Amino acid sequence: MTQFTQQTTFYTEDHEWVTVHGDLATVGITRYAAEQLGDVVFVETPEVGKTFKKGDEMAVVESVKAASDVYAPLSGEIIDTNSALADSPETVNEHPEGEGWFCVIKFSDGAETRNLMDKDAYFEFCKGQ
Amino acid sequence: MADQSIDTLRRTPLYELHQEHGGKMVPFAGYEMPVQFEGVKPEHLWTREHAGLFDVSHMGPCFLYLKEGLGQPGAHEKISTLIERLVPSAISTLKPGQGRLTVLLNDGGGILDDLIITRMPDASLDGMLYIVVNGAVKHDDWALIREKLAGEAELQTADDRMLVALQGPEAEAVLTPHFPVAAELSFMRCAHVQKDGERYMVSRCGYTGEDGFELLLPNNETGLAYVRGLLADERVKPIGLGARNSLRLEAGLCLYGHDMDASRTPVEADLQWVIQKSRRERADFPGAEKILKQIADGPAEKRVGILPLERAPAREGTEIHVDGQLVGMVTSGGFGPSTDGPVAMGYVRADLAEPGTKIDLMVRGKARAGEVAALPFVQPNYKR
Repeated sequence: MTQFTQQTTFYTEDHEWVTVHGDLATVGITRYAAEQLGDVVFVETPEVGKTFKKGDEMAVVESVKAASDVYAPLSGEIIDTNSALADSPETVNEHPEGEGWFCVIKFSDGAETRNLMDKDAYFEFCKGQ
Repeated sequence: MADQSIDTLRRTPLYELHQEHGGKMVPFAGYEMPVQFEGVKPEHLWTREHAGLFDVSHMGPCFLYLKEGLGQPGAHEKISTLIERLVPSAISTLKPGQGRLTVLLNDGGGILDDLIITRMPDASLDGMLYIVVNGAVKHDDWALIREKLAGEAELQTADDRMLVALQGPEAEAVLTPHFPVAAELSFMRCAHVQKDGERYMVSRCGYTGEDGFELLLPNNETGLAYVRGLLADERVKPIGLGARNSLRLEAGLCLYGHDMDASRTPVEADLQWVIQKSRRERADFPGAEKILKQIADGPAEKRVGILPLERAPAREGTEIHVDGQLVGMVTSGGFGPSTDGPVAMGYVRADLAEPGTKIDLMVRGKARAGEVAALPFVQPNYKR
C-alpha cells in the first residue's frame, strides 16, 4: 500500500484538490473551480462513515448560479467533514484551498493517486479549459 | 435551448457591448446572451441598490394595429375587441399610455405566454397597441395573433430593435436627463418619443420588483449611443440573465415555461387578478368556462411561494412532500441574494397553499424542511 510520509497535494480534472498524508486525504475544490462557480451558498458534505469509490458523487456545492457535483478523488471512507461550511459556505470562495476544505477520506488504495495531476500539470490543464 | 449549436444563435444589437464589458455569453431563447458580468450576486445587489441595465432585445416587442381607421373615434375599442378574443384582461378600459400584464390563452384556458399590452399614448395612434411577449415563444405568439386577427389587424414585429431595461431605485434619476418624460410616468405607464423619425418607447415597468423602465430603441448608432450613455453613468452596471432570474424570483414574478405553461390556467398560476370583473361577467375569452369554474370552486393546485428553512436551495424539479406523499413540485428555485437565503416557487395541492404550511423539499433524496410562503419575498418598489 502506498503511504505518503510527506504531505503531497494532487489535483483532479474535476477541479478538486487532494492533500494526502499517511493514509488520509483532505479534499476541497480549487480556486479555479470556486471562481467559475461564483458565490457559494451551500455545501452538502458527505456523511462521516460513508464509503465511496473513486469517481462517485460525494458532495454537492451550490452557488447562486447552479448545483455542481463533487466526485470522490480516491476510494475510501469519510472520516471527517468541514462542519463550519454549514454556517459559512462563503469560506469556499475566500479560502478554497485551505479553510474551505470539504472532507477527509481514509483512502484504501494509494495507487489511485497515480492518475491525479501535480500542481504544474493542473495549471496547464486549466489553461486548456 | 441547450441543443442549439452556438453558430445558429442570433445576436442582439448589443452583443459587442456585452463583450466589451466582459459578459459571459450563453445560449438563451435562440440568442447569445450574457448570463453574467461581474457575478450574479453582486449584480443582483447592485440592481436593488442602484441601477442595473439589462439587454432584453431577445424578447418580442411588436405593434398591433387596425388595418383601417387608426386614430379615428372608437379605434381603441375596435383593436381591444380584437385582442380580447385571445386574452382575458380588459384592454378596452386602458387609458392612453397605460399598460397591463395579461396572458395569451389556448381554448382550454392554458397559458401560452404572459405579455404586457399597452395602449399607445398618442391619440393619433389610437387603434394601435404596443405588445411585448416572451422571447422563447415570440414566433408562436405572433403567428397565433396574425392567424386569429387576419384581415382585421396588422402585426409589425420590432424585435430587430434594441430593448433594454433599466431597473433599480436610481433608474429614474439616471434616465431623466436622457428622456425627461421618464420622471412623469407612474408604474405601467408608457411614453412615446419621436426623434429623427424614429420611434422610442419608454415604459415604467420591469421584471425585478424594483422601480424601473423598459426602453425600445432604434437599432442604429443613435440607439447604441443611448445605451452607452446609460452605461457610462457610475450608478449603472450591466446585468446578466443570472441576476435577472434571481431578482424576478425574489419579486415573485413568473418565468414562462417554468412557473406556468399551457398546462396551467391563470387561476392555477395565481394570476386570476389579470382577469378584470368586466371580462369575468362577459365570459368571452378562451377557456372561460373552465377558468370561471376554477375561480368559483378553487383550482386543484396552485402556484405558491416556497421558503426552504434550511440552507440548501430547492431548485426546479424538486419534489414537495407532506407526510411522505408527493403534493407538488418546485418550478423555480435558487438563492436570493437580497433575502440572503434560498427562495423558490412551485405548485402545491390547493389545500396546502396557505402560507406557513410545513412541507418537505426532497433535495437529492433528502427531506429538507420548508414552508409555503407569501409572495413576493422582497417588497416591490414600484412608483404607483
